[in-house]
Amino acid sequence: MGKKILTEKINIPGIREYDVYRQNGGYKSVEKALKEMTPEQLVESVKASGLRGRGGAGFPVGMKWSFIDKKSGKPRHLLVNADESEPGTFKDRYLMEFIPHLLIEGAIVSSFALEANLSYIYIRGEYMFVFKILEKAIKEAYANGWLGKNILGTGYNLDLYVHCGAGAYICGEETAQIESLEGKRGNPRIKPPFPAVSGLWNEPTVVNNVESIASIPWITLNGGEEYAKIGIGRSTGTKLISASGHIKNPGVYEIEMGMTVDEFMNSDEYLGGMIDDRPLKALIPGGSSVQILPPQYIFKTANGDDRLMSYESWSDGGPVTGSSLGSGGFIVYNDTACIVRNTWNLSRFYHHESCGQCSPCREGTGWMEKILYRIEHGQGTEEDVDLLWDIQANIEGNTICPLGDAAAWPVAAAIRHFREEFEYHIRFPEKIKNRNHFREEPMEKVRQLLVK
Amino acid sequence: MKITIDGHTIEVEPGTTILQAARMIGGASVPPTMCYYSKLKDCGGKCRCCLVEVTKGSERDPRPMPKLQPSCVTGAQDGMEVLSGNSQRVLDARKAVTEFLLINHPLDCPVCDQAGECNLQDLAMTNKDFKSRFKEQKVTTPSEDIGPYISLNKNRCILCYRCVKLAEQLTPNRVHGVLYRGDHAEISAYIHNAIDSDFSGNMIDVCPVGALTDRTFRFQSRVWFTKKFNAHRDCPHCSGKVVLWTFGNDVLRVTARKDEFSEVEEFICNECRFDHKKKEDWVVEGPHKFGKNSVLNINNNALAAPKEVEIQTEKLTLEGRDVDRKKISMKDVPMAHLEEKK
Ligand SMILES: Cc1cc2nc3c(=O)[nH]c(=O)nc-3n(C[C@H](O)[C@H](O)[C@H](O)COP(=O)(O)O)c2cc1C
Ligand code: SF4
Ligand code: SF4
Ligand code: SF4
Ligand code: FES
Repeated sequence: MGKKILTEKINIPGIREYDVYRQNGGYKSVEKALKEMTPEQLVESVKASGLRGRGGAGFPVGMKWSFIDKKSGKPRHLLVNADESEPGTFKDRYLMEFIPHLLIEGAIVSSFALEANLSYIYIRGEYMFVFKILEKAIKEAYANGWLGKNILGTGYNLDLYVHCGAGAYICGEETAQIESLEGKRGNPRIKPPFPAVSGLWNEPTVVNNVESIASIPWITLNGGEEYAKIGIGRSTGTKLISASGHIKNPGVYEIEMGMTVDEFMNSDEYLGGMIDDRPLKALIPGGSSVQILPPQYIFKTANGDDRLMSYESWSDGGPVTGSSLGSGGFIVYNDTACIVRNTWNLSRFYHHESCGQCSPCREGTGWMEKILYRIEHGQGTEEDVDLLWDIQANIEGNTICPLGDAAAWPVAAAIRHFREEFEYHIRFPEKIKNRNHFREEPMEKVRQLLVK
Repeated sequence: MKITIDGHTIEVEPGTTILQAARMIGGASVPPTMCYYSKLKDCGGKCRCCLVEVTKGSERDPRPMPKLQPSCVTGAQDGMEVLSGNSQRVLDARKAVTEFLLINHPLDCPVCDQAGECNLQDLAMTNKDFKSRFKEQKVTTPSEDIGPYISLNKNRCILCYRCVKLAEQLTPNRVHGVLYRGDHAEISAYIHNAIDSDFSGNMIDVCPVGALTDRTFRFQSRVWFTKKFNAHRDCPHCSGKVVLWTFGNDVLRVTARKDEFSEVEEFICNECRFDHKKKEDWVVEGPHKFGKNSVLNINNNALAAPKEVEIQTEKLTLEGRDVDRKKISMKDVPMAHLEEKK
């Protein structure tokens, strides 16, 4: 059994309720932080932990906290990003649904470290039932003196609210989220200025993922150095992985960073191998925005090292033979999956979710989706694959926010690793009319048809 | 502060953007702009036409920036080195943006009042050596009635947000905005509010394309057939400095004056724009000049103040031109020749 930090107590019956949570050591970190520590010490301890943002980009949390502008004297805010809309990612929900007080505890300690007196949790609209759970937990926290005025008699005041989004993936992007919270259209802002200087109502704001914030109580109680001992290299601590697809045991797992991918995929404690023991065809390791990988790059990196569950190992090889740990949305495909259909599906998502501010993303995502639709439905032409490649290259890096890149990368990786499948779709539209085409005629059998 | 763009070094104030510096230098270094507007706050960064390559970040941090930067919202740093017109990477990216802007654009220039003074046409002309690769169906959006003065054609909108910023900053109440997302996003007056405030007409001038056009001028003339005069009047609401777009004695349209980057110099009020369509209302200063290459200069050679011109359209139509009359009557064609052929 690996070390559990976030999910250690999640199976205690009734842990969702305040009393049970408190009896099991809940809110101890608030007592320690507010009574024994200064905000600076807290920031230092999070810095020492090496904790990296769990929302996808992996930016060190302590570093982000130290950027917050405390000099200007403006009110500061913590914004907990619970928008979790990335296809394949469903880990934050697991925490919030089953152990909501952990997030609230983390939010209190983090707000104290940032010297913020007004903080928010922004949750996606589709999680209405989780929203209700959080609301109830916050009420309980107020009732027991963990929130509100003069917490624990230390003179520290904090108000915490949950705000419900209205169903837009883009509101997970931190500046779009701030706009949305301000009551505006969720368009990402142009950076700089960064939220740490000018965020919510132009006041210094730190945006952090749910999982990042939920790790703070443990770090506060045990010290940053202890946390840094878990994991490997610059990927410290534990990470929640939400696994889905053609595996025996889909679900949310907490793993120590540095476990081999082979162990995670194939041991019975975790994913238990492929469903029906069919062969593995492809894997998306970190949510739909990261590169899809073919089998040869999943368990080993391009230069033959074991692939590990860590930020560094997954990005070994860059976009060409590597991918990214991203948000931990682990999507596994077996040989029956059609990469073209999958890529079209992802493209459709980004087309639907682009906010439409900048031209490359607004126009490019729609264009790619239309082309992929045609290829998948047997109306592709030979030029289409190169055209797709050009479009994604023209989007990548030229947009306001990373959604443009997130739309471009999956298409690029699919073409890079599975180009022959696109060509097969284009040349044999009759065969692919059958949605089960790869189950009945695996690529190995039809590959020779592609050689002209 | 020193900044070098395409090898030209100039001295700029802190807070200057790369684009503003490039405009000071001028020439081929000036990036095209479709969304930035110097007279509006927080306007820019969206169209990505103005991308430049920063080859040296600053004196303090000389690292180059890996991504192309939107020059209109990127601040100049001391010692920064930038490539604009001199970088193939930049030109390729701008071309790609042009392609993106055009794929869902209706391209109905022949029936579009903006033609001739359209920034998108200009942008397309500077990137003309490509063929459209777009085979899909274009996104279309039905038009919407937004009142008697402004006509809104959503298909032509490139979502530059200029009109939104203008409405926010110049009019008391913004009653229009962007609805929906992605390539289905559209400018709309929610619940069909008529856009009607003292300065709303300026949206027509800031719109880089023919999405917002002057309804009182609709289909009256191609802009290059008109004569343009600078004129002014004593206006209690605005500077009263305008351009009159005239045909004969008729004032077809009144707009604000634009500078060489096709930005309005001073915003004008709706009264000047829509309610004073008589020459007597204005003190005419002289012809209005456009940029060197603009088609709008075509009809603007008269340098003197306007003379009374009598237009005899009907008479001339009835009589026809002399040469044509002669040709049609075929008086020089020998009949015998025709008979021979039979
Ligand atoms: C399009 C887009 C969607 C995002 N969605 C989420 C999300 O749902 N949840 C999240 O925590 N971060 C999301 N992010 C990342 C946030 O912008 C931000 O980096 C993150 O919340 C920072 O928290 P962290 O440092 O704790 O990871 C998204 C980013 C982009 C560009
Ligand atoms: S990249 Fe896409 S989602 Fe992000 S700001 Fe631009 S249009 Fe909006
Ligand atoms: S907006 Fe410009 S490019 Fe578009 S139809 Fe009108 S004139 Fe042509
Ligand atoms: S209507 Fe014109 S000004 Fe307004 S967003 Fe569209 S293109 Fe820009
Ligand atoms: S002008 Fe700079 S992005 Fe549009």
